[in-house]
Amino acid sequence: MVYRAHVLLSSAAEQSGEIEQALLDSLYNLNLQDEVQVLEVATLGNPRLEPQIVVYPEGIQYVKLTPENVQHIVEEHLYKGRLVEDLMYVEEPVEPLPAPSTKEIRVVLRNIGKIDPLNIEDYIAENGYQALAKALTEMTPEEVMEEMKISGLRGRGGAGFPTWLKWSFAQRASGDAKYVICNGDEGDPGAFMNRRVLEGDPHSVIEGMAIAAYVIGAEKGYFYVRAEYPIAINTLRVAIEQAREYGLLGENIFGSGFDFDIEIRMGAGAFVCGEETALMHSIEGKRGMPRTRPPFPAQSGLWQKPTNINNVESYANVPQILLKGGEWFASMGTEKSKGTKTFAIAGKVKRTGLVEVPLGITIREIVYDVGGGILNDKKFKAVQTGGPMGGCIPEQYLDMPVDYETLGKVGSIMGSGGFVVMDEETCMVDIARFFMEFVQDESCGKCVPCRVGTRRMLEILTDICEGRGKPGDIERLEELGEYIRKGSLCGLGQGAPNPVLSTIKYFRDEYEAHIYDKQCPAKVCRKLIEYKIDPDTCIGCTRCARNCPVNCISGEAKEVHVINPDVCIRCGICSQVCPVDAVHIY
Amino acid sequence: MNVVSTEIMPDDPVVVPEKKAHMDAILDANRDRPGATMLVLTLLQEEFGYVSLPMQNYISEQLKVPLSHIYGVLTFYSSFRMTPIGRHQVNVCMGTACYVRGGPTVIDKLEQVLGVKVGETTEDNRFTLDICRCVGACSQAPVVMIDDDVIGRVKPQDIAKLLRKYE
Ligand SMILES: Cc1cc2nc3c(=O)[nH]c(=O)nc-3n(C[C@H](O)[C@H](O)[C@H](O)COP(=O)(O)O)c2cc1C
Ligand code: FES
Repeated sequence: MVYRAHVLLSSAAEQSGEIEQALLDSLYNLNLQDEVQVLEVATLGNPRLEPQIVVYPEGIQYVKLTPENVQHIVEEHLYKGRLVEDLMYVEEPVEPLPAPSTKEIRVVLRNIGKIDPLNIEDYIAENGYQALAKALTEMTPEEVMEEMKISGLRGRGGAGFPTWLKWSFAQRASGDAKYVICNGDEGDPGAFMNRRVLEGDPHSVIEGMAIAAYVIGAEKGYFYVRAEYPIAINTLRVAIEQAREYGLLGENIFGSGFDFDIEIRMGAGAFVCGEETALMHSIEGKRGMPRTRPPFPAQSGLWQKPTNINNVESYANVPQILLKGGEWFASMGTEKSKGTKTFAIAGKVKRTGLVEVPLGITIREIVYDVGGGILNDKKFKAVQTGGPMGGCIPEQYLDMPVDYETLGKVGSIMGSGGFVVMDEETCMVDIARFFMEFVQDESCGKCVPCRVGTRRMLEILTDICEGRGKPGDIERLEELGEYIRKGSLCGLGQGAPNPVLSTIKYFRDEYEAHIYDKQCPAKVCRKLIEYKIDPDTCIGCTRCARNCPVNCISGEAKEVHVINPDVCIRCGICSQVCPVDAVHIY
Repeated sequence: MNVVSTEIMPDDPVVVPEKKAHMDAILDANRDRPGATMLVLTLLQEEFGYVSLPMQNYISEQLKVPLSHIYGVLTFYSSFRMTPIGRHQVNVCMGTACYVRGGPTVIDKLEQVLGVKVGETTEDNRFTLDICRCVGACSQAPVVMIDDDVIGRVKPQDIAKLLRKYE
């Protein structure tokens, strides 16, 4: 059955029964029941907007409904094709991907923005589910693994472990039940690659998971998606439902005797739950704390059963590899890092956003050719890759190839693909402090090096940023960082010192300026700077005074304004709103 | 973590019959699913905006799970709250991209306009101000989320205007 439109109905509201009745009645009255599919979902997110529906393909959300205006929506929107604007919930539209630059190759992102993620037929038209059919009907699990081995695909969730090898461990493990999990926790601040794939091409991930399940012999899969991604969760719900309807999930798929189904679980705002053992604890309904490995999930994972866990992007690559062959995939990238990788380019570049490039591309190419160069043509200072467990890479490595090994050599990691560009106005000590604050906050508290060590490091960094730095602080940070790296239980603690150690290594002079001269060269650290208004430039427009959050600027209209440094909190709003650039930092 | 009262407030879901019925429905639909505690707590948080101590007691009895376990889960994950929030939730993104593109300045301005600090609710119960982790809209940094609206490229001087829409 081909539906022209889909309506998601939230069953969270008390009145949802009446709404559903009104919806179905109106559809029948206009004889639309075969053209419009109504899908009930547990929730559409915000309970304050209930009762609500979302109409696809347009993705229009109508909120705070009554049975009467549901009838109105059916008549106007679904019958006549006119939007009912006053019931619409206005939200930023999901940005379409811009045309790829010459350096980009789209494998994982090939369908994003091109197909309707809520219509499985669009995906099927792009050879969707053919790889699964091929695996189930023509290939043994061993043959699938062999193809994966040839492709050289390595995990896209951080560590870069060969995917085929991980699968083979889980395949060989014995157990009465096995599981596959898709890690969609994407906790790295500054990263949104997985989100776009889940929202734009959910079936590629479902198909990849189903193939993995076939290889290892699992019947059940879980998507673990962070709660901050409500649209991704809804899209997945619809996609799974449609895959079931088409017999691509469920029992005896393609008549092969293979059974597989998927359930979605939501995260609840804990970064460490991206770590695989913590994630499994979270699915089990516990505090998401990691545990020591071994045993690895392949032996004893979810509910102590053999489990394979991969990242969203890892799975999304799988169908293409089976269809086009491992050789094709291996023809992209470097010797040890094959294929493409998505990066979320953010920070101080002209074109921020999601890109997919072959591995081995240089940082310079990403920043200047793909990202369009630094914002306002300022000077490049560093790029931070790998999120809070990654490091900052300075200018001298601009021509370094981006692959797993090289990034590791310069003190960073690939991570899941965060790529935050920093310019001369970014203070590296402040950035190190920012990341330490993040991991300190997210440390689960189970092991001492991470729990106590990150707090001590944060205290030292805060002191340095606030002008209380002492000689010996840099060495203390290095020493502590080494202990934490070696002694922590999971990747969070082991990687936590990276942002600090890498910035000390490449930007030691900035640390020294803070400690010895009590100066912040990038003019960011608030305790070390002062804002002043240049009396010769000020035109007395009063804009700064009106926008100051602490009312510390005085001056009459058309007269020179003055900032009171004792009250000023150095937020910089005055300099942002000044029409004549009269506010300077000293 | 705020101090949590053991007193039962008059509008607590355990004493308001319709809300209680809703709680029961969520409990019944999920109690036999594996990993039920997280599922139930996530749904209740979504529904009511918080999970009070009396609610925790009730869930503990219903799911036959120790209260300490429930409390442990609630305090572990940052999206759970134990006290009610204002009518609108203002979350300022403090992910890396937003941080380097002016997130802290946005917070300063919001604190001024709303007259509350991060984590607090305005006296008229209209807004709760908080910070959040990357919401995945980094290319539009700095980002503020008001309820489910993602607002990108926020300028401090526009904040007062932005808030007007939310009553
Ligand atoms: C603190 C921490 C956070 C992590 N967060 C994520 C994440 O958000 N997404 C992800 O796929 N992997 C994350 N990982 C890596 C996972 O533990 C795991 O290695 C990965 O999901 C395996 O998938 P892959 O082999 O496909 O890369 C994290 C690891 C650690 C230590
Ligand atoms: S850092 Fe704010 S949306 Fe990603």
